[in-house]
This record gives sequence, structure tokens and C-alpha cells, in this order.
Amino acid sequence: MTAYILQRLIQSVLVLLAVSVVVFLAVYGIGDPIELLVPPQVSAAERTAMIRRLGLDLPIWQQYFGFLGNALKGDLGRSFVHGVPAVDLILARLPATFELVLLAMSLAAVVGIPLGLLAGLNPESRPSRAIMAGTILGFSLPSFWKGMMLILLFSVFLGWLPTAGRGETVSVLGLETSLLTLNGLKHLTLPALNLAIPNMALMIRLVAAGTTEAMTQDYVKYARAKGLRSKRIVGRHVLRNILIPVVTVAGMEFGSLVAFSTITETVFAWPGMGKLLIDSIYNLDRPVVVAYVMLATLLFVAVNFLVDILYAALDPRVKLTGEMA
Amino acid sequence: MNSLKAMPATVGADADTPLRRQVLRRIRSRPTTRGAMILLAILLLLALLAPFIAPQNPHDLGSLSVMDNRLEPGSQGMTGITYWLGTDAQGRDMLSAILYGLRTSLLVGLTSTVGALLIGVFAGLVAAQFGGAVDAAIMRVVDFMLGFPSILIALVLLASIGRGIDKVIVAIILVQWAQYARLMRAAALVERRKEYIEAAVNFGLPTRHIMLAHLLPNSIGSVLVVSTISIAGAITLEATLSFLGVGVPVTQPSLGLLIANGFEFLLSGEYWIAAFPGIALVLLIMSLNLVGERLRRSFNVRGP
Repeated sequence: MTAYILQRLIQSVLVLLAVSVVVFLAVYGIGDPIELLVPPQVSAAERTAMIRRLGLDLPIWQQYFGFLGNALKGDLGRSFVHGVPAVDLILARLPATFELVLLAMSLAAVVGIPLGLLAGLNPESRPSRAIMAGTILGFSLPSFWKGMMLILLFSVFLGWLPTAGRGETVSVLGLETSLLTLNGLKHLTLPALNLAIPNMALMIRLVAAGTTEAMTQDYVKYARAKGLRSKRIVGRHVLRNILIPVVTVAGMEFGSLVAFSTITETVFAWPGMGKLLIDSIYNLDRPVVVAYVMLATLLFVAVNFLVDILYAALDPRVKLTGEMA
Repeated sequence: MNSLKAMPATVGADADTPLRRQVLRRIRSRPTTRGAMILLAILLLLALLAPFIAPQNPHDLGSLSVMDNRLEPGSQGMTGITYWLGTDAQGRDMLSAILYGLRTSLLVGLTSTVGALLIGVFAGLVAAQFGGAVDAAIMRVVDFMLGFPSILIALVLLASIGRGIDKVIVAIILVQWAQYARLMRAAALVERRKEYIEAAVNFGLPTRHIMLAHLLPNSIGSVLVVSTISIAGAITLEATLSFLGVGVPVTQPSLGLLIANGFEFLLSGEYWIAAFPGIALVLLIMSLNLVGERLRRSFNVRGP
């Protein structure tokens, strides 16, 4: 186990290094770094001073090690627009995004697992077919348009829910959250639902496929032969066995939900890190974009690492030595 | 419905009928899939014929009348033209804009899929054929690419190179080739163990000939099946990027950009500017997904 963890850890660090090289080349290599990193409104003297201070007159490999050294110290540059360190800016927006993503994941699980079981137990029945057709719709609706239509229906036509922002927040252990106020929950409902729908569809498909397969396994036949009731077979044996892949996929989806929240946050003006990324792209606030990419990479790599380790620990059939296929 | 149950679960199980006939029969036998195919054909036809059937040329700003801006669906314009789906902020007929937008969306979706297929299939084939360090190097890059959500890679790339149809296509190719490479490698590895390849090797046929004349045609099937669903993915990705403002240019709006243009008028209840292009987009993506899903199941191919 230790050897496996170590091997995965080295891989993760290599991925991070690779991304840092790509990002560095993208910012410093392809474009004109002076144009990207020095705000256009400064005077010529300030400009020269900034070029010297940022080390842009040094050879490129020296610049890369400077960039890497600063990144390791948690310094990924200052935002042009806000004038504060880019990393701080993103970390301040992190709770809003995580709140949205966690609620969306819970929604997807609460709706997806029962519907998936239902569809998987009787795959040829009419309701099951309707559920499976619904999942195709869930995958097919583009996130941004679906969000707009949710606003149109629930906010413009029905007037039930607000269209934008986070609403009232309360501070819990130093973190602002909308989960604990009625107004905040109202603001959360539509964005979380919008983010959850494709994941619900994914969850339904995974659980349905797993259930259909599990029902043909020997242990189910044995449980039947023992005279166990269907409810107990499904609840105790089938569900347990299909939850391993479901948990794994849910873990891996966490990263992609953070990425997709970029779209949802833009539609619902949700003040998370995704909205910050889009705003920074519009404002040509490159340090924030670079910092977002590096932090997002760190997040994905960390999540993948944890999921792999958990998977290896949960499922005894996963080989712990050598290459993972 | 009863005839369906008598049919083999996957194609290929019934040896007497040719494979293509079996697939076509299975696709036609499902009413949903048949409907999706007809819909897809209609949408393709509409996109192809847009310049001939659209009531207006939405790119020709001279023919637009700003007086007709944001009219409700079914309104009559200054020149007597009826706007069946309403008009946008520039007084552009939404129906015409959607027909032309469909063209842009399909152009980007199809071109980028073909590009990604070419690169991915080549990379997968090379990895499977040569193995060893070449394989390891290619697959590390593939794992690396697939480790990140495609929307994020494309978004950041376009943020640094700017918007444009060609640039969007490049971005989509960059994020989609890796899945084809992985599928192609897996299929080609299975195929390489078969006897006819061994025979070809023993005959002393050149490696390039074995790869292109034997390995490629026999293992590309599953990749092509998956590519149908991937076209839908490419179209969605383009629409999303255009909505976020880093996609196609405003002079050649795709369905995604049309929806984005309608966003600001949504709250005042002028729903048609955003809603109708969205419906066209969803119909296109749904029909591609339904057909692709049925193909995938019929050939028993696992998704990417």
C-alpha cells in the first residue's frame, strides 16, 4: 500500500510540474509577457521598473524557476483589477463554489440512486424506459441554456425564486454560507439544481447498469434461495455492491462539477471562483487566470489521488503493486 | 415491440444477415431512434439549405430594420415580412438567425470531430503498434488530457488565443483527440493478437502496410460509433464557449451565441431571443445522442 501511495504521489507531482510548464509557456512563451503582466496604463519609467522587478529581462529558464519558486510559496502574482494577491482572491471565492457543488452532488445522489435502482430492477418496464430517456435529456440540455430556462420558468413567469446572487449568508466557523438562511437557500435552489441535473442522469445510469448486472450474480441467486425478501436483497446486498463504483465516480465528478460551476455561476451571477475566472478573462486579468488554472489543477490532482487511494483501500480486488491499467 | 425481443441482444450474434443490415434493422425498429434519425436528417437539410429557405439573410446588416427590434413571435415587420419566431435586438428575424446558426454549429462540430478523430486514431494506432516507450509516452499525454474537464482546457486556451471559428475548432480538437486515442489503442491491441495480423507479420509485410491496411480498418469501428456522441459533445462545447464569450465571432453567430445574445432580455420576459435557438440546439444534440446511443448499444461498444 505504501509503495502504491508513493508511486501515485510522484505521478501527481509530475502532473503539477507539467501543468506549471505549460501555463508558464502559455503566458511567458507564446504571448508577450510584458503586455500580459504589466498593466497597460502605467508610464514608461514604471514600465521599465516593473520589467526589472518581475524579472522579465532574465533568460527564460531562470524566469521559470522564479515562477515555480514563487508558486511553491503560494505567490501566483497580483490581480491587476483588484490589486490583491490572486490566490487570496480565489480562496475567498472558494466557499461559495464548494457550497454549490456539494449541494448539487447531494441532490444528484438523493434523486439518482433511488431512480437508478428502480430503472435497474425492471429495465424493460415503461417507467424505467421513461427514466432512461430522461437521462438522455439530462445529458443533452446545455448547462447554460437550461439555467436560463430555469430562470425564465421559476423567476420570470412564476416569480418563486430569485435570479441572481447568493442572498443572505451567515458565518459558520469563519466561512460564509447560504445553506442556513431561508433567503440563501432560495438563491441556492436554481443554481444547484442546474448543476445537479447532468450528474443526476449520470448517477441514474451508473446505478441502473450496476443493479441490472448485480441481479444476475450468484450471491443474489443464493440470497433468493435462502428465502430472503426482495427488499432485503436489494437494500443489503445489491446496493452495497454497486456503491463502490458510484462513490468512485462521484468523487471524480467533484472536479468536473467545480469546472462546470463556471457556467452555472455565470448564468446565476453566483459569486464563486468560476464567475471570478470568467470575469478575469473578460478583464484580461491574467494573474488571476493563471492562479485559477494552477489551483484547479492542484484540486483535480488531489481529488484523483484521494479517489485512487480510497478505491484501492475499499476494493480488495484492486492490485496494489505495479502499474494501474 | 414483440418482434424486438426475438432479436439478438447485440449485432453480430445472428450470423446469416450482414452486419450493416442488422444494425439498420435494429435502429429502425425503435420508434424513438427512428424519430431521432428523421429529425437529424431534417436539421442537416435545413442547415444546408439555409441560404435558400431563410426569409432573411441575418448576416447582411443592410437588410435588417432596426425599427423591428425585439418583436414578439408572429409579429409583422415594417416591410410586411412576418417574424414567426420574433426578432432580436438588431431587428434580425430569429428564424433566419437560427437556420444560419445551425450551419455554424454543425460546421464547428463536424470539422472538429473529424480533426480529433484523425489525430486520435493515428496516435492510438501508433501506440498500439509500437508499444514500449512510444506507447507509454502517448498514453501519459492522453491520461494527462483526460484528467482535466474539457470545458476548462478549452476556456483557458481560447482566453489566451482569442475568439474565432478556426480557434474554437482547434480548441475542441485539442480536448477531444485523447478519448479517441485511448479507444483506438484498446481496439487495436485486441486486434493485434489475432491470427491474421500474425500471418501478415510472418509474410514480412511492411509495418506501415499492416497498420493502415489491416489494423486500421478492423479496429476503427468502435471509435466511429463513439464519435457520433462526440459530435454532440463538440457542438455543446462550442455553444458553451460562445455563450461565455470566447467562442465564435459575433459576425458569424452559432446557436450558442444567439442564446447568449438573448440572455440580457430574459428577465424582461422577452423569452424568444434565447429560448428558440436553445430549442434548436437541444433538438440537434438530443437527436445525435439518441442515434449515437443506439449505435453504441447495437455494436456493444463501451463509452469513452
